[in-house]
Amino acid sequence: MVIAEVKPLAEIMELIKPYKKVLNTGCGGCVAVCLGGGQKEVDTLNTRIELTCRERNIPLEIGGFTVERQCDMQFNAEFDRMVGGYDALMSMACGAGIQFLAERFPAKPVLPAVNTVFVGVNKEIGWYEERCQSCGDCVLGVTGGICPVTMCAKSLFNGPCGGPQDGHCEVDKDTPCAWIQIHDRLKAQGRLENILKVFPAREWQNQVQGKLLLEEYRGRYVKEEKQSPVKK
Amino acid sequence: MKAGSNLEKVLSAGHFAVTGELGPPRGADVAAVREKTQYLRGMVDSVNITDNQTAVVRMASWAASLILLQEGLEPNYQMVCRDRNRLAMQADILGAYGLGIRNMLCLSGDHQKFGDHPKSKKVFDIDSMQLISMVKKMRDEKKFQGGEEITVPPQMFIGAAENPFGEPYDFRVLRLAKKIEAGADFIQTQCIYNMDRFRTWVKQAVDMGLTEKIYILAGVTPFKSVGMAKYMQKNVPGLDVPDALIKRLEGVDKKDQAKEGIAMCCEQIQEFKEMKGVAGVHIMAIEWEKRVPEIVEKAKLLPRPKMEG
Repeated sequence: MVIAEVKPLAEIMELIKPYKKVLNTGCGGCVAVCLGGGQKEVDTLNTRIELTCRERNIPLEIGGFTVERQCDMQFNAEFDRMVGGYDALMSMACGAGIQFLAERFPAKPVLPAVNTVFVGVNKEIGWYEERCQSCGDCVLGVTGGICPVTMCAKSLFNGPCGGPQDGHCEVDKDTPCAWIQIHDRLKAQGRLENILKVFPAREWQNQVQGKLLLEEYRGRYVKEEKQSPVKK
Repeated sequence: MKAGSNLEKVLSAGHFAVTGELGPPRGADVAAVREKTQYLRGMVDSVNITDNQTAVVRMASWAASLILLQEGLEPNYQMVCRDRNRLAMQADILGAYGLGIRNMLCLSGDHQKFGDHPKSKKVFDIDSMQLISMVKKMRDEKKFQGGEEITVPPQMFIGAAENPFGEPYDFRVLRLAKKIEAGADFIQTQCIYNMDRFRTWVKQAVDMGLTEKIYILAGVTPFKSVGMAKYMQKNVPGLDVPDALIKRLEGVDKKDQAKEGIAMCCEQIQEFKEMKGVAGVHIMAIEWEKRVPEIVEKAKLLPRPKMEG
């Protein structure tokens, strides 16, 4: 899932300073699961903002509403009836959701209340770790299910570098060296030959905006080639 | 001859090669580079010019390499993958070759976290293995990495690094084989202190027939003091400094520690000269270039062979 964390309150106060009425919008998707920007986090943040405003005598009215997912326009339509009463919108969705909200309401300032940090996993309650950088050309089948792009600090494809010590990355002694893990796992599986050949330079797939149009839906959008929203 | 550099000639003639290292200045101080060359002239066959070493900004390695050429020394141009993508790398390689540089050392590079711009954006578009392949493709296939023809291809003698002390130990020699497959002509190893581990690694390489395909230059860095030895033991990733070496340095007077460090280094070099599979030594006297003449003399590496052409 996409992991996001709430921005420092001081930064949020600075962002909303120019406005009198702000609607804080939550998202019930990934950011709700990682306790970054669901309904509960909207309520908590709004309380913190209200307390700060009271302390400093700032006249601000803040509302809150959470939809199922901000990365889906159907759900963002639920905000249509509310936004008229606000000067600005704030979003606790991931960066994708925030932009989709802004796209729905192009006349309104839309402010981020979270930093989107990575695509990751839930290790334990309140503990998340990055696992994928959406490189668009997955090599996990070769590298024993461990991502060299994400898990190696240098994103090496022919590691390990000369730096690991006691099994750990030179960059952080609490982080295991991805390439030692790749090596050990492949060796245990009898698949070490996977990494004995030089892995060639990559054709990076993520250097322009990613777009995906499922083949079975293609007919819907590519009726007239000239007006197609997505070119294959 | 692949590139016809002095280093390639020395190695292919079967001489025990000696390379040195020069770190460019943290400023546009050309005089500082020229000054360091005076300690290396006639002492080594080629001089590595480091590329933003330890992720600290310094004068560009190609520029310092050109200063060496002007001074009549042969540079071994180091290039790391951290700071440039494949376009910039290939452009630099063309320029470097065009202006007379004939050796390259292809490295991944230390992570930017260790340097003076720890929050800079890393590049690592390709890794060191892929860089070796790219330089070989430019030389032997006369093609850019992207596949287009090169009109005047750069003919570099291609170097790579390997760390016999890095984990996993049994994979290190296999990784050496990968570097050969990628196209490396010579290896300069990480600084060697643990001689037992190094002997094991070289023997593995000999047994696999790898030393028939590549020249291995054993890396050494003399200790200036016991403080430096302790620092390297604790703080430099990928180094293996046995306690016995530190004890030996502690056993002499503080004022004699530098001398002892050089003596230890020379003993190592003596052993490398006899060691099957070792084709030369790479002396990395870090910010201590002025002691190189003393080391090569004591280690009986002089005079350096004069190659024709």
